[in-house]
Amino acid sequence: MAGLRRRIERLGIAATAALSALMVGFVLCYWLQDYPPLGAAYEQYRIAGQWLDYYLGTNVFRHPYMWQSIATGVLIGVVGPLVGTFLVHRQMALIGETLAHTAFAGVAVGFLAAGTLGWNGSPLLAALVVGILGALGVQWLAERTDAYGDVPIAIMLTGSFAVGTLIVSYGRGQTGISIEDYLFGNLAVVTPSGARLMTALSVAVVAGVALTYKQLLFITFDEQAARVARLNVSAYNTLLVVMTAVVVVGAMQVLGVILVAGMLVVPVAAASQLAGGFRETITLSVLAGQAAIAGGFALSIAAGLPSGGSIVVVAIGIYLAAIALSSRSVARLSTH
Amino acid sequence: MASTMGSRRATGTDGDAGTGRTKPHGDPRQPVTDVVSVKDVTFAYGETPAVSDVTLSIEEGDFLGLIGPNGSGKTTLLHLMLGLLAPDSGRVELFGEPVDEFTDGERIGYVSQKATSGGGGMPVTVRESVTMGRFAHAGHSRLDEDDRAAVSEAMETVGISGLADRRIGRLSGGQRQRAYIARALASEADLLALDEPTVGVDAESRDAFYALLDSLNESGITIVLIEHDIGVVTDRADRIACINTELFHHGDVDSFVESDALAEAYGATGQVVHHDH
Repeated sequence: MAGLRRRIERLGIAATAALSALMVGFVLCYWLQDYPPLGAAYEQYRIAGQWLDYYLGTNVFRHPYMWQSIATGVLIGVVGPLVGTFLVHRQMALIGETLAHTAFAGVAVGFLAAGTLGWNGSPLLAALVVGILGALGVQWLAERTDAYGDVPIAIMLTGSFAVGTLIVSYGRGQTGISIEDYLFGNLAVVTPSGARLMTALSVAVVAGVALTYKQLLFITFDEQAARVARLNVSAYNTLLVVMTAVVVVGAMQVLGVILVAGMLVVPVAAASQLAGGFRETITLSVLAGQAAIAGGFALSIAAGLPSGGSIVVVAIGIYLAAIALSSRSVARLSTH
Repeated sequence: MASTMGSRRATGTDGDAGTGRTKPHGDPRQPVTDVVSVKDVTFAYGETPAVSDVTLSIEEGDFLGLIGPNGSGKTTLLHLMLGLLAPDSGRVELFGEPVDEFTDGERIGYVSQKATSGGGGMPVTVRESVTMGRFAHAGHSRLDEDDRAAVSEAMETVGISGLADRRIGRLSGGQRQRAYIARALASEADLLALDEPTVGVDAESRDAFYALLDSLNESGITIVLIEHDIGVVTDRADRIACINTELFHHGDVDSFVESDALAEAYGATGQVVHHDH
């Protein structure tokens, strides 16, 4: 029974890895389609998309911009739960939410810079810079106050959002772009450069977690013992918070500022109901994340609903199903 | 690596676990290494002094019981010894090195108060938690066969091999305790630091747990134990440090029992816990 379960999980992870590689491949091929071999590969993606549409009776996969969104979504479904597993079990679930609001201020700065200074970079790049600065700020506060306590987090969250709204309001005359897409998420908002950014960030985050898995796990499980074992706890904490900011900025395009934390938390909560160990929790979280992304995209496209809300609603459905599946009580996670 | 751990544990385990008071530091010919050395250490939380001018040392092979009333600074002193806190004044050394420069994290096994009482919800198997004892050895490289062997052997030693794939939060208090000790053994720690490890553990498991500590001590592991039950400390430890902000007594068990340190440290409130065993 346990062996079968492990085999299914392994299969799921292999499928996810293959899908992610396919998506990264698409983003690269689209980017470099002027180079003949990659251009040919890109054509194959287009043809595959048309066949998919033909078989499914949809009008989705033939459009390259949809592939950008799907690629971004698949990668969010990997890195969100991956980083989220550590956050949730360190009771830092709201860090993601906070950093999303910080990144929102960054988007606003980016728009303002574009409108007034003629800066032509992506607002996401500005969000990334401001998000990482916000992450370092959260870490600085956490080390000097009550570690990741509610109050510094709440101050950071509302403070950065307040600054964001002020900038948006100030820049309204000069910028023509709707901030709403960034608040609630929109599949159409994902640009090729946004998808490229997400790809680069995802590769960095997966590599970062793979390299520091042991240390992050030890600190998550027993921070004091990790300190005694002479792990550089503060450095790893900073890394985790910065990776969170990176994931949040990437995920913001599809999920929106307000809902981005859902992808860090909900699949992990679902997985924690069912998993026997930490590695299995990560595995199941990523699988739940993929399911939520797939279901959410389908819902969003079919019903013309915002992508962020659709994904989070599907994720919560998965969470409820996980509770029903497990004999454990809901209280377990919250009393941890 | 695993073989050195095995051989160390094999020596001296045939002694009587209950009365093991014959320790290498009694022999004047042997050069004695201080595992922990605390000199004139003072620490305050803001204006409130927690540890005041304490000097003591723990020698290799000691089983030191650290006792004192609630809020007497026991945990603070232990944290100072381990480098979790930096003293306001004074000096702490671990294995002969200043504590802030000490880097051999794998030489210390630490079981915190929080670890023993909580750890409920996080999905971590017993094997995963014991494997953490190897992380300081492995750094960023992958765990190898030696690491896995050390983990299995540690679980074997404390008798939890059968629980390897269970979630640690679902174990009984006594079993969880053993898992934490196994983590320290897996790291091949020379010093085991335990902060009230048997809170919430039933009496039978507690006796078995202390018997395990005795045998580990016999095999050469230095132990420092915070325990509110003075009976356990006088039964099991061979040295006692009694503190209430200041150090009231530091010496062997007999001299402690004969002294007035207990009454002085606990004062008129007399909140002494003493269970019969």
